[in-house]
Amino acid sequence: MQNPYLPYPVRIDDISVETEDKNLKTFKFVFLNPADEQKFAYKAGQFAELSVTGKGEIPIGIASSPTEKGFVKFTVNKVGLVSSFLHAMKPGDIMGIRGPMGNWYPWERMEGKNVVIIGGGFAFTTLRSSIVYMLNPENRKKFKDIHVIYGARSPGMLLYREELAAWERRDDINMHITVDATSDPGWKYNVGFVPAVTEKKAPPAGNDTYAIICGPPIMIKFTQPVLDKLGYPHDKIIMSLENRMKCGIGMCGRCNIGKEFVCKDGPVFTLEQLNQTPREY
Amino acid sequence: MKIIKIDKSLWAPGLNQAAAAYRLFGPVKEKEFHSFKPLTNGVQPDLSCLNTRLSPKAIIYPQSEVMFDYSLDESREDHHQMREAAKDYSPRAVIGIRPCDAKAFELVRLNFDTPDYQDPYWLKAYESTTLIGLGCESPCSACFCTSAGCGPYHEEGLDVLLADAGDHYLAKVLTEKGAKFLAAGGWKTAAVKEADQTIAAMRQTAEKKITSFVPTDNLRSLPNNDLYSATFWEDVSFACINCGTCTYSCPTCWCFDIQDETRGASGVRMKNWDSCMFPLFTMHGTGHNPRGTKLHRVRQRFMHKLKYFVDKYDRGIQCVGCGRCVRLCPVNIDIRRVAVMMNGFAASGEACAIE
Repeated sequence: MQNPYLPYPVRIDDISVETEDKNLKTFKFVFLNPADEQKFAYKAGQFAELSVTGKGEIPIGIASSPTEKGFVKFTVNKVGLVSSFLHAMKPGDIMGIRGPMGNWYPWERMEGKNVVIIGGGFAFTTLRSSIVYMLNPENRKKFKDIHVIYGARSPGMLLYREELAAWERRDDINMHITVDATSDPGWKYNVGFVPAVTEKKAPPAGNDTYAIICGPPIMIKFTQPVLDKLGYPHDKIIMSLENRMKCGIGMCGRCNIGKEFVCKDGPVFTLEQLNQTPREY
Repeated sequence: MKIIKIDKSLWAPGLNQAAAAYRLFGPVKEKEFHSFKPLTNGVQPDLSCLNTRLSPKAIIYPQSEVMFDYSLDESREDHHQMREAAKDYSPRAVIGIRPCDAKAFELVRLNFDTPDYQDPYWLKAYESTTLIGLGCESPCSACFCTSAGCGPYHEEGLDVLLADAGDHYLAKVLTEKGAKFLAAGGWKTAAVKEADQTIAAMRQTAEKKITSFVPTDNLRSLPNNDLYSATFWEDVSFACINCGTCTYSCPTCWCFDIQDETRGASGVRMKNWDSCMFPLFTMHGTGHNPRGTKLHRVRQRFMHKLKYFVDKYDRGIQCVGCGRCVRLCPVNIDIRRVAVMMNGFAASGEACAIE
């Protein structure tokens, strides 16, 4: 019997500060036992429990893509006990990762379709994983047009800025980066909230188009009516939820929305599914 | 099914003999109340106990259980890595468990033994345990097992069912595990052929003594979101103080927390019982809480037991009718009354549907 509570030991290989407020850092981990990387095979949209020995575990979306080998990456916001301690750790430190957990964005169903990614703030991690996955030369041909609408409070609060700039230069992905406001005269992208940009830039709805939304509750609240207005059917609106979690395997009982566990039956749900459950997220 | 006759004069000596091969647990009276305790040094289970104040779930699923230990001492090769804690899964037997508490393990198993993941702590402890049940001759007034998919002589989940027949027990052997335990106790006198009818008659008499019931027939067909939005939750939760007594005393509640406890340079990662009654159970790191009010939390408890569980597993309700939460709730919230409200719920004209 495999013990689903036992983390794989990992070493912190690299830490980079992502945002100007220094509250978001990306951690690159390498498995201590190389064979564990195979066991950790994941898909874009899944998450894992980061295990900081002596402090506890936190559920965090996987920011690296399954197409990137030799490491896994997570971007962590400094919020509570475990994440604060993690922010003070250094390359070379040993900790653990347990997973991968949960379901993933419906890649099989989205093959041959247009994909619109809508993200806000620091909920862009599994979306970064998704974009890198789709842009991989072997995968890009599986999808039609790719649009990305991504917003943050200010330019310095955008995650993965170098990659965003590189994607802007490509012609096989349509980037619509936006900030709530900026005084930077050199800012050459959009200014405005994600819902407004979505209304202007999102491709028309159709049977061939899926929208993936991940962001703070307020962004979701105002973006969903826009997608309704644009005619996106609820089974083509894909959302990734967050709830407090401990076990990550559907047993400890806290992350449920109705009979579904966000950790095991989610975190990815269609809006059609969410309409059938209590809004306890 | 084989039935063994155990003369009461052979009961205690048999248990002492079985103790060589099993760690025994049974109801023991401490001060006012009975609880399941290890039967060491020849302590005998008190089978006159109606039922223990807390369920015996902790024998298989301890309130706090160490999963791993670790060292933070960087001079050690395996520092900061979780190591499996030593465990004792040698055979154990629970003597005098009531049928409701035994069936509860079957329901809890649905949570810990799934096609995707198996909780090794719960499962190994469960598999190493033999459950020797005792039929209920005189159920308590708050018992409602017969309408909760159980009953005073219910066999599901038990390895042996004992029926108290005066100067002897009739031991109905229900599983291979049960047969092994009886053999270890040296009890092997086959009961008379009519013993089965004797037990059936005792069961009927006991079932007639159960006078409270929960209606459950409509729960599955009721729309989830309508039930969730019902106005009666305000009334149900009004008096609740979120103390968690209902969840801790419930044999079918399984929620837990995981915590690291460090002392100096070493520590343990442990599972601890948790409760949906507590705000921290669901609070996000940001302070946002999807179940931020006691109405949310009380509703979660009853919706889980009487609706989500029913829909998810199609195995009835997540309740065996032991009545502990009814007896112990400090503000008299009664799952039987809530079941009436939920089962009788009609989305339109709701006010008329509530009694």
